[in-house]
Amino acid sequence: MFQPSPWRADFPAIDALQRQHQTYLDSAATTQKPQILLDALSHYYGHGAANVHRAQHLPGALATQAFERSREKVAGWLNAVDSQQIVFTHGATSALNLLAYGLEPLFEAGDEIAISALEHHANLLPWQQLAQRRGLKLVVLPLDSRGLIDLNIALQLIGPRTRVLAVSQLSNVLGAWQPLEPLLAHAQAQGALTVVDGAQGVVHGRHDVRQLGCDFYVFSSHKLYGPDGVGVLYGRSEALARLRHWQFGGEMVQIADYHSASFRPAPLGFEAGTPPIASVIGLGASLDYLAGLDAHAVAEHEAGLHRHLLRGLNDREGIRLLGQPQLALASFVVDGVHNADLAHMLTEQGIAVRAGHHCAMPLLKSLGLDGAIRVSLGLYNDSDDLQRFFEALDQALELLR
Amino acid sequence: MSLPMAAQEALNVFEQAAGWEQRARLLMQWGERLAPLSEEEKSESNRVHGCESQVWLVAEQQDGQWRFKGASDARIIRGLLALLLVRVEGLSSAELAQLDLPAWFNQLGLGRQLSPSRSNGLNAVLQRMSQLAAGA
Repeated sequence: MFQPSPWRADFPAIDALQRQHQTYLDSAATTQKPQILLDALSHYYGHGAANVHRAQHLPGALATQAFERSREKVAGWLNAVDSQQIVFTHGATSALNLLAYGLEPLFEAGDEIAISALEHHANLLPWQQLAQRRGLKLVVLPLDSRGLIDLNIALQLIGPRTRVLAVSQLSNVLGAWQPLEPLLAHAQAQGALTVVDGAQGVVHGRHDVRQLGCDFYVFSSHKLYGPDGVGVLYGRSEALARLRHWQFGGEMVQIADYHSASFRPAPLGFEAGTPPIASVIGLGASLDYLAGLDAHAVAEHEAGLHRHLLRGLNDREGIRLLGQPQLALASFVVDGVHNADLAHMLTEQGIAVRAGHHCAMPLLKSLGLDGAIRVSLGLYNDSDDLQRFFEALDQALELLR
Repeated sequence: MSLPMAAQEALNVFEQAAGWEQRARLLMQWGERLAPLSEEEKSESNRVHGCESQVWLVAEQQDGQWRFKGASDARIIRGLLALLLVRVEGLSSAELAQLDLPAWFNQLGLGRQLSPSRSNGLNAVLQRMSQLAAGA
């Protein structure tokens, strides 16, 4: 039965891609953008760009107002207490690097950082490099057979030496919600700071950072139907106050002298240089758009498509899913077929999926794989997209087997 | 410059290929022509990085002429390697440096395989080849 997307027409690029015979199934990498966002960008550039937090003139005041309104919208989206808990960065990766540098002075040699075995490189490498700089121990929490962090083992590995726990909410390869609640509660009881990488999780449903109880929550705009070049770092006020400043210049300074300076607190103290103003304003527009959707209908739609995707993959012989994906995406390999060859055949047929290690090389290696194909869904996808994918897959497998 | 015989043969069949499916089939057939590498030749130092699959490129020079061998665990890139090797077989370093390899793949109707976002590794192989040739 045909399952249309009621929101497809809100995304002009989907139509444009279809005219180029492209079926976009790579939304976990980045999403297409709603018209309302394109309008916001065009309005900002068309009505007078100006730098923020600097000038008294009218364009500067308007830009600053719009920029700060976006901060409030993001705070509202995450149910943060205060918009001052929202720091804009240049992406999720940059937010996680900010944390790894900002928290560095809190560590002493021999302290531990706990991450999970499924982390995206963005939530692995900054901590790995911090551990190398300071002689810390990077503890990797293992997964169970379902692709979830193994709680029994994790709760033993997170102990009094753990200073930071940094874990993904939703894996970009396995598509499974991670058991954050017990992990965060346990880590906090051990006195550790908690960091949640929400890059994938934030796209599906609404998440309340107060309810989650994490110290920091990170996501990137471009995966949430917003512009690229912007990331968000939410921090509890007490946690933000513990961060050391890490990038310098611009309006992050309070008083500057030739030989010394003092710096503003968060958020501005962590937004060195000119921020991505248009993109921040655009993110606000995307959040307006998302806030106007029927969240229940979106969740139903995504769940319906995901069931369709899993059914189709399970129906075909020799296809092996990675983990037990719950929503949004499915990664798979085919027995006897190299994922690079399959990717070639799908590309030739206009199917835009992701192949390779998905920026999680250690995870793929631990599964004994050097790559996999990932199909990921956005709210604009419909069942015809999946149908085209399956036809292309069958055609590819026929050629390859 | 006239084409080596095997290269001319490749050009003839690929020029006539209609559609992506036939090209893919041909690529896989041509990939089977690659002489197998020994386990020693599949060494880390012969690995070409930057590919989605494992690719090895072995180069040696005899009497000023290049002899390349290549292998991969994926079939499409094997075919691309085979088409590359038939074109460069027996060239001198000077001839190799002058050769426009992207143009060769364009002639074969495979130019898109060289786009920078393709991670099949053909670009990495071409880079490695020119490094090897320049270093000799």
